[in-house]
Amino acid sequence: MSTTLLISIISTAVVYAATVLYAAVGEIFSQRAGIMNLGLEGIMLMGAVSGYMVAVYRQNLVLAMLVVILVGAALGLVFSFLTVTMQADQTVSGMAMLTFGTGLSGFLGKGVSGVNANLAFEPIAIPVLSRVPVLGPSLFDQNILVYLMYLIIPLSMIYLYKTRAGMILRALGENPAALDSAGYNVFALRYAYVTFGSIMTAVSGAVVSLAYTNFWSDGMTSGKGWIAVALVVFSAWNPLTATFGALLFGAISIIGIDVQTVFPQVPSQVFSALPYVATIIALIFTTGNFRGRRSAAPAALTIPYDREKR
Amino acid sequence: MIRNLRFRKRNSVSMARRILTPVIFVLLAFVFCGFLLAAVGSNPLAVYARMMKTVCSYSGLTRSIEAGIPLMLTGLAVSFGYRMNLNNIGADGQYALGSLFCIGFALYGPVMPAPLKILCMFLVSMLGGALAALIAAFPKAKWGVNETILTMMLNYIFLYVMDFLMYGPWKERNQMVAQTRAIREKYWLPDLGSSGINSVLLVVIAIAVLLYFFHTRTTWGYEMEVIRQSPRAAQYAGMSVAKATLLVLCASGAIAGLAGFAQVAGIIHRVQANLPNGAGYTGIVIAFLAGLNPLVVLLVGFLFGALQISAVAVQLIGVPSQVATMIQGTIMLFVVAGEFFNRYELVGRKK
Repeated sequence: MSTTLLISIISTAVVYAATVLYAAVGEIFSQRAGIMNLGLEGIMLMGAVSGYMVAVYRQNLVLAMLVVILVGAALGLVFSFLTVTMQADQTVSGMAMLTFGTGLSGFLGKGVSGVNANLAFEPIAIPVLSRVPVLGPSLFDQNILVYLMYLIIPLSMIYLYKTRAGMILRALGENPAALDSAGYNVFALRYAYVTFGSIMTAVSGAVVSLAYTNFWSDGMTSGKGWIAVALVVFSAWNPLTATFGALLFGAISIIGIDVQTVFPQVPSQVFSALPYVATIIALIFTTGNFRGRRSAAPAALTIPYDREKR
Repeated sequence: MIRNLRFRKRNSVSMARRILTPVIFVLLAFVFCGFLLAAVGSNPLAVYARMMKTVCSYSGLTRSIEAGIPLMLTGLAVSFGYRMNLNNIGADGQYALGSLFCIGFALYGPVMPAPLKILCMFLVSMLGGALAALIAAFPKAKWGVNETILTMMLNYIFLYVMDFLMYGPWKERNQMVAQTRAIREKYWLPDLGSSGINSVLLVVIAIAVLLYFFHTRTTWGYEMEVIRQSPRAAQYAGMSVAKATLLVLCASGAIAGLAGFAQVAGIIHRVQANLPNGAGYTGIVIAFLAGLNPLVVLLVGFLFGALQISAVAVQLIGVPSQVATMIQGTIMLFVVAGEFFNRYELVGRKK
């Protein structure tokens, strides 16, 4: 394998990983707090379209990201309202978020569908580091959203496992009643983490439309929200493990494209389907309870907290 | 004087409330979408008027039924699974595989007398849908793998299979469109008299009625309900939850696969690339709105068919056709929120 090919595989795998990792880390926090949001795909599409619209009409990436964050926060608040305050079924609410986001993004994005924004997050080479052979150009000649992801992964690990707030977060998904007795506001904390998760998911969408494919079309995240949900489950709710999973998926999808040029007789659809096949296989092998293995899911996941039922 | 407004759990929900609450929240959803329409520069009243006008005519009625038939089937499929808390969101893919099995058999299968051939097409499309679901059902039943993610991933895979066949080996020769050729006219299901409504509607109604009786009158239906309420209790009572999971998910897939049969034998008589066009997701909304009741699914499916054809009509006055999916999603969101008022009531403490 030539060095340039290797560099292109690693660097594309890293960008691909960024498209799903923001959402996966956000969802890990949300599920650790006890709320499962299956509407990631819809929120991601809303993030992707709102960011792209601002990029087209205002030509300003900072403003685009601010709008994306606001959209994510708004959708997160709606989802928390349904699942925390109204105690609605989380699966059904997730489906509602999915259809709402898919439909609304398609409707709003009609005007920018196929329009070239001529604006995207361009790679910025980091001095010195980017000169390291192979790893330099593939890891340190990336756009700012990827660099931000490099920071978020270790920070989220430290937050979850090394801080007091992280300990409270983990308790929130395991035994909210105990936290409530200790004087913490379970509802407010769940609102905060669900909204945080939704913001991260919207950012994931913006990574797709502004740093990965650089266009908008209907349903263009093509299942990345679901791959993020799958990553959460098979990483056993651990951001670092999710990162390795995301890189693996990135590598699979890019290698598919490269292998395709070597075997032109194989239909292109086979390679396009690869990431989904990989998700199914990985999900079965990592989360199937063979010989009575126990799930690592937070104990209170999907159970609405109701003070009357304490 | 009333102060201290708070929510209190209702002890029982009246039938009227159970029907009225979703209706009110559906209307609220239309109001909300009206604001969105206004935000992109359309006149919401004009848009809604145009939509109503499209639907309120005889041809509007028949076209709504035609568009609604696949949606009724995916709605039935999703609600059947959810009756046992199985979240089958793969109806799109099951519909795709069902239609491929059906068209494959119709075009390349043996020549037979028409009734027999149509019966076989009916069966193979169910088989296709069931097989599509089986890939998710088996890991779910055996190892407890999350069926939501599995069925969703399978959607993408089967749509790629469909894409491959429609642009590749099964493509109609000398045609620009990615579709198969039409099946022979003698294998078409007839229209009901001169009504312009295809008789496949009767098949759909029959299935809904059968499902209704399955849930309310059979032991299996009862067992499903027990498992839904408490899998553990069902296990102790000697029911095999794993077996039921496998069968219910496959049956759910088979019902979704029938949407392929409805298209091939009854409506368009061929298969096109991306034939399901999101019907599986609309099915989720329909199932939920219908309260998982198969008979109500028929009605809601028809209404969503009407929504789709009217959304195509408003494209002429410059509204994106995505308005249909937007309204569907908003309805779902609002009705989920509305559920709360069925379970709780707002009361004020009197002083």
